[in-house]
Amino acid sequence: MKDNGRILELKGVDKVYTGTVDTQVLFDINLEFEAGSFNSIVGQSGSGKTTLLNIIGTLDRPTRGEVIIAGQTTSNLSKDELAVLRNRSIGFVFQFHYLLPEFTAMENVLIPYLIGHRRPSPEIIARAEELLDLAGIAQVRNNLARRMSGGQQQRVAIVRALINSPNIFLADEPTGNLDSESTVNIYRVFRDINEKLGTTFLIVTHNRVIAEQTDRIVEMKDGRIELDIRR
Amino acid sequence: MLSFRLAARFLSSGRTQTLLIISGIAIAIAVQVFIGLLIGSLQRGLVDRTVGNAPQVTIEAELGVGATISQWQTVLDEVRQVDGVTTASPSAAGSAFVAAQDRQTPAQVRGLDLDEAEGIYGLRDAVYEGSVFKETGEVLVGRQMAEALQLEPGDTLRLLVPEQAPTDVTVAGLYDLRVAEINERWVVTGIATAQSVFALGDEITAIEVAVEDVFAADAVAENIGTRLGRADLSIGNWKERNQELLDGLEGQQISSLVIQGAIIASVVIAIASILAISVLQKRREIGILKAMGIKDRDASRIFLYQGFLIGLVGSIAGILLGLGLLYAFTSYLAREGDPLIAYEVDLQFLLLSWFIAVTASTLAGVIPARRSARLSPVEVINEG
Ligand SMILES: Nc1ncnc2c1ncn2[C@@H]1O[C@H](COP(=O)(O)OP(=O)(O)O)[C@@H](O)[C@H]1O
Ligand SMILES: [Mg+2]
Repeated sequence: MKDNGRILELKGVDKVYTGTVDTQVLFDINLEFEAGSFNSIVGQSGSGKTTLLNIIGTLDRPTRGEVIIAGQTTSNLSKDELAVLRNRSIGFVFQFHYLLPEFTAMENVLIPYLIGHRRPSPEIIARAEELLDLAGIAQVRNNLARRMSGGQQQRVAIVRALINSPNIFLADEPTGNLDSESTVNIYRVFRDINEKLGTTFLIVTHNRVIAEQTDRIVEMKDGRIELDIRR
Repeated sequence: MLSFRLAARFLSSGRTQTLLIISGIAIAIAVQVFIGLLIGSLQRGLVDRTVGNAPQVTIEAELGVGATISQWQTVLDEVRQVDGVTTASPSAAGSAFVAAQDRQTPAQVRGLDLDEAEGIYGLRDAVYEGSVFKETGEVLVGRQMAEALQLEPGDTLRLLVPEQAPTDVTVAGLYDLRVAEINERWVVTGIATAQSVFALGDEITAIEVAVEDVFAADAVAENIGTRLGRADLSIGNWKERNQELLDGLEGQQISSLVIQGAIIASVVIAIASILAISVLQKRREIGILKAMGIKDRDASRIFLYQGFLIGLVGSIAGILLGLGLLYAFTSYLAREGDPLIAYEVDLQFLLLSWFIAVTASTLAGVIPARRSARLSPVEVINEG
């Protein structure tokens, strides 16, 4: 495979939600992911998968412990520095795949690029078109997001997460709304990009069949890592 | 840049909401501009009628009627050096009776330097028959006096001054200064003629001053007094002679400003509440944008830009509407036969109103913008 440097490291990560009662949802998580690896995270609902993904993606801070991305300790970074890191290095697809409904598919896809640039370059538009084509939604590229089906929106969200060629792709049940054939197609796209660009994939999924096709399965239970299977 | 595009798209996609708020702002600004322009025009009209054809500052001998100003040339030179003085014109004046066609009427004989006094009275334009006086012994007579005494250019009239020999003068022309009291009482002539009528020799009785800013006339008068430092001269200004008018104007001005301020405040509140709703409606979008790497600062700008855009479009529409309203109002008055309000469009006022409206609208976005900056993406992402 590709270079085996560590792209992502979690050291002793705890997460406690404070409120009227404090609830600890992550307990001493220690994980390392190699650059270019293709990983899945599985586990029952409420086991802490989304919380873990948000912490990895720097959207949330751990209560204790460290998240290290590409050698960079994220706890030292300011909010603005984290925003830049997310924009350049991390692509997200959320469980509820939010697009901006008042923008077209193409415009949604270009937003991560436009956060760092004044206007889209011809190269980035070509890349967007290629990815939309790969995801099988080239024909709806000029439709408003709110006029698209759930499955189409999900695919646009995936393309949007990939547009800035991130080092890390984080997805929270990204194929939840897709039929099994589309699901297989999307995973083929993920694999393709993983192999071509060396993007590291971390995918939370309920789908055992899909999980079994990944290089590594991390299973969570009650906020701890229950199993960590590599092939 | 992206923030601006997001703001514009958020507004254009919520079309009904946006049109409603912009119409509301436009109507409010229209009323504000209408009131401001109307009151402003009325006030300028009043002030103009009061000081337009009169000196704003007058320097006379303290001794009173008929007394002369000693060393008046020096005084005149000094007065001209004072900041804010545009015209300083010597004048020799006194009371007399005018006799003509077997009739008599009391009059003020005003001797002045036609060129110097032009900046105060605008006499040349006021002459509607005959011409201005050119030689000693020629005078101008006002419309009402000419009618009362049946005078025409070329006629002779006699000026009678107590304890002086009468003087015969020729009517060179008739004027109309649009103030009845002046038209019926003033016989206007050259300084030399007046000096000879009142046997003043080379002396004058007053120096009449026009100033740059009529509302600063009192300050200019004070500066003149300080500069001259002469106890034998009294320096009057139009403001002290018209205190009631000024009090009235001030009251009107304050109520006009209060109304305009209230309108701007309601504009700010309307925009702020619309944007406060918008920031709630767009929570998901803001969260996702932050996850994609938009900075808090840019997330907040989206709402400032929305306020700015609403204010910009609303105020331009409002100003046009306000001008239309003013035009319709004055044409209506004209048709009803009321004296036409001489309204002029005060460009400075319009620009200031526009600037204030746009700034206030942008500031209306501050609270929603803060909320947008503080929104944490996990909050939204954890919601189903
Ligand atoms: N903001 C929060 N405050 C308190 N508890 C939370 C919050 N978010 C998630 N949790 C709790 O943390 C646990 C893990 O949630 P989550 O990470 O969403 O699990 P999963 O994605 O595996 O279903 C759940 O018990 C959930 O109720
Ligand atoms: Mg979850």
